[in-house]
Amino acid sequence: MSYTAKIKVTLRQSILDVQGKAVEHALKNLGYKTVESARIGKYIEVTINEKELLQAERICNEICQKLLSNPVMENYSFELEQVN
Amino acid sequence: MADVTVGVVVFPGSNCDHDTEYAVGSFPGIKPVMLWHNDHDLQGAKAIILPGGFSYGDYLRAGSIARFSPIMQEVIDFARKGFPVLGICNGFQVLLESGLLEGALSRNRDKKFLCCQTTLKAVNCSTIFTNRYQQDEVLSIPIAHGEGNYFAPPEVINALQEHDQIVFQYCDATGRVTDEANPNGSLQNIAGIVNRQGNVLGLMPHPERASEMRLGSLDGRKLFESLFSHIAGV
Repeated sequence: MSYTAKIKVTLRQSILDVQGKAVEHALKNLGYKTVESARIGKYIEVTINEKELLQAERICNEICQKLLSNPVMENYSFELEQVN
Repeated sequence: MADVTVGVVVFPGSNCDHDTEYAVGSFPGIKPVMLWHNDHDLQGAKAIILPGGFSYGDYLRAGSIARFSPIMQEVIDFARKGFPVLGICNGFQVLLESGLLEGALSRNRDKKFLCCQTTLKAVNCSTIFTNRYQQDEVLSIPIAHGEGNYFAPPEVINALQEHDQIVFQYCDATGRVTDEANPNGSLQNIAGIVNRQGNVLGLMPHPERASEMRLGSLDGRKLFESLFSHIAGV
C-alpha cells in the first residue's frame, strides 16, 4: 500500500512574489477588474510506499522541511491520498 | 615549497567553475583542483570555493539540491571544523540552503535577471576574505543573477549587524548605501555575509570576473589575495 502526497509550497506573505505580481498585472490588463492579487507557488506529488498513514505523514513533513520547502521564506501544506 | 591547493566544486550546471579556476590559478603558489559533486574527497584543499552557475538546473530552488550532493557533506564538515569556504553567487545560495549561512535569496525585486557591473562597499575588512581591502572601500564587481534578493527575519538581520557579519553592501559610486544603489531588493543592501566564526563567506557579486584589468576591474582580486594569504602566507 502507498500514499500520494499532494504538496503545496507557497511563499510566505511577507516575501515579495515577483512572478505573482507579473501575473496579477497581466490579468488586470486582460480586463479582469475584480482580480485583486495573484501568488504563485509549487505543487509537488510524491508517492510514498508506507502502510501506515501516520508514518507517511511523518515522512512527508520531514521531506518538506528538509528539501521541498525553505522555511526561511516558504510555507508548505499537504494532503495524503491512499493508493493501491 | 609545494603549492597550496584550493578546491573548486563542480556541480552539474556550474558555469563559473573554470573562471574561478583561472582566477585562482593566477596566484603564484596556489593550485586549483576541481572537485566533482559526486566525490567525497576534498583532495587536501586548504580552502573550498563554491562557484556560480545553475547547479542542478536551479530545480526546486537555487542551491537546494546541490546542498545534498556527496561533496557538500564533506564541505559542510570542513566548514564546521573552521576551514575557509567561499560561495560565489550560486555558491552563496548553496551555503544558505546548507545552513552554513543564515537567510535566503529570493527573486530580484524587479523580476529581471541582472547581469551588470555593481558598486559595493567592503564594510567589514577584518575577515580572512577581506583583510586586503580598506575599510569602506568602494569596489566595482559584476553581478549576474535572477535570485539575489537577500532576505532574513528581523532577528537574523539584527544578529548579522551586531556581530559584523555583513561584509559587502551595494552602494553608489560615492559609497552611500541607498535604495537606488540596491540592484535586487536585498535587505540592508546585503551583497555578502560571513558566518559568526568568520570562516564561511557568501556573496552574490563575482570577484573572479573582476580579477584582471582586461575584465575592467581588479577589485575582486583582493578577496582572493586575502584568502590565499591566510591559507598560504603569500
